[in-house]
Amino acid sequence: MSRTAPHRRGLLSGLGASLLGLTLAGCDQLNRNPAVKAGLARAEGLTQAAQRLILPRTALAREFEARDISPDFRANGTRRPGEPAYQAMVETGFAHWRLQIDGLVEQPLALSLDDLRARPARTQITRHDCVEGWSSIGQWTGARLSALLDEAGLKPEARYIVFHCADRLDPHAAGDRGLYYESLDLVDAFHEQTILAYEMNGQVLPVAHGAPLRLRVERQLGYKHAKYVMRIEAVESFAQIAGGQGGFWEDRGYEWYAGI
Amino acid sequence: MDETTPDAAADRPRRRHSLPVRLTHWVNVAALFVLLGSGLQIFNAHPALYWGHTSTFAEPWAAMTAEPVGDRLAGFTQVGPLKIETTGLFGLSDGERRGFPAWATLPSYRSLADGRRWHFFFAWVLVANGLVYLAWGLASGHFRRDLAPARAELSPRRLRVEIVAHARLRFPKGAAAHGYNSLQKLAYLGVIFVLLPLMVLSGLGMSPGVNAAWPWTFEIFGGRQSARTLHFLTAGLIVAFVIVHLAMVLASGPIGQVRAMITGGARRGTLEGDQP
Repeated sequence: MSRTAPHRRGLLSGLGASLLGLTLAGCDQLNRNPAVKAGLARAEGLTQAAQRLILPRTALAREFEARDISPDFRANGTRRPGEPAYQAMVETGFAHWRLQIDGLVEQPLALSLDDLRARPARTQITRHDCVEGWSSIGQWTGARLSALLDEAGLKPEARYIVFHCADRLDPHAAGDRGLYYESLDLVDAFHEQTILAYEMNGQVLPVAHGAPLRLRVERQLGYKHAKYVMRIEAVESFAQIAGGQGGFWEDRGYEWYAGI
Repeated sequence: MDETTPDAAADRPRRRHSLPVRLTHWVNVAALFVLLGSGLQIFNAHPALYWGHTSTFAEPWAAMTAEPVGDRLAGFTQVGPLKIETTGLFGLSDGERRGFPAWATLPSYRSLADGRRWHFFFAWVLVANGLVYLAWGLASGHFRRDLAPARAELSPRRLRVEIVAHARLRFPKGAAAHGYNSLQKLAYLGVIFVLLPLMVLSGLGMSPGVNAAWPWTFEIFGGRQSARTLHFLTAGLIVAFVIVHLAMVLASGPIGQVRAMITGGARRGTLEGDQP
C-alpha cells in the first residue's frame, strides 16, 4: 500500500465509500422487501417454540427484595390518556369504572375496583424489561387473572385473552387502530404471576403507570404489560382486531411473543 | 505438527482450509455483519449502559446524548467521568438524535422492530453455524490439530519473536504458512471459545423468558443491565478482532488468502499453490 499513489488512494477510499453506500442501500431495500420481512419473522416462531421448550409453564420470573425497588421506575408509552371519558374517571377516582370481562365466556363480568380487591390477589417484586433495553424493578399487587377467568368460565374455543385499553397511543391511526391493546395465550394468561395490578410499590397505581388497572406478565417484555385496561375479551383468534397482529406494537412490527 | 499427528487423512494431502471451515467461516461473516448493524440499531433505542439489575437513568456508566450547546445541538459521548463532543458520529448525526450514525445501523433509518427481526433471525444462524463448527471441529480433530498450541508455541521467547514479526508485517511463507502461528491460534481460540459464547450467553441474559427458565443467565453477569453492558463490550472486542484479522489478511497477500478461504487453497505438500 505504501507505493500506492495518492490519487489511487483517493480512488480506493472512494470505492470503499461507494461500496458501503451500496451495501447500506441494499440492506434498506432488503429490509423493505415483504418476502424478506416474512422470512425474518419466522425466527419468532422458533424463538417461541424454543422458549416454551425450556420454560416450564409454571416457572416463575425472579422476584426481588424490597430494597431492590427502583426509585426511578420509568413510565413509557402513554403517561396520561387525553380522552375526556378517561379524565372524568380520574376525577371520580374510578368510582364508576367497571372492568368488563366478556367474549367467549360463560358468565360475562363487570367488576369495580372494590370487587377486584376482593378477588384472589398476589404481590410480587419483579423486573420490568422495556423493549428499548432498560430495566426497572417495582412491586405490584393485583388480582390474579387466572381466578377472574375461572370465575367468568372460558368457553372451550377460547384461545387468547385480549386486553382493550383506554389510551389512544397513535392519534393518527383511524378508528380502533390507534387504541392500545394486547393479547396473551392461555399459557401466560393462567400463569401464577399474571395479575391485573391496582397497586404499585404499595400505593394506588398512578396514572402514569396505567391506573386503574395494568396487566403484569412477568416473563415477557414491557409492551405486553397493557396499561389502562378497560375490557378483557376471550377470543378464538385476534386476526379481526385492529391490525390483526394481537397488539398495538405487534401491528407496528414488534413480536407477538415478547419473551426475548 | 503434521509428521507427529497420526491422521487418517494423512495419506491424502489436505487443503489449507477444509470445506466445513470455509462454509462456517462465510456464514459467520454474514451473520456477524447483520448482527452488528442490527445490534447497533437496537442499542440506539436506548443509547445508555448500566451495571446491575436495573437502569439508574440519571447515572449510566456510558451514554450517547444530544444536548444544546449555545444555539446549536451537539452530540456527546460519556464514559464514566469522561464526556467528549462526538457530533456527526455518536449522539447526533445528520441533524438527528441517534446513538450510532445511520451508516452503522441496520436498517439505516430508525426502526427498533426491524432491527430486532434481523438480530434474532441471524442470532439463530450464528448459533446453528457455531454448533455445526464446534461439533465438526471436535469430531475431525480440527481443534486439536490446527488450533491447540503446542507447549513450545506458548513460550515467552517464541511469542515475543512472533509479536515482533507481526508488528513488522513479516509472515511465514511456503510450507510454514500452512499452519496457524501461535498468535493466530490464541486469537482464534479466544474468539471461538470465549468471545462468541459470551456474546450468546449475555444475549440470553437479556431475555425475560430465558431469565425465568434459567435465572443463572442473568445472575452470572450480576443482572440484566450488566449482561447488556457485557453484550455491548464483547461486540466491541469482536469488531476489534475483525479489524486486526482483515489488516493481517491485507498485509499477507489478500488475494491468495481470500482465494484459499473460498477454494480451500493448495493441498499441503505441494509447492506451486503456496500463498504469495
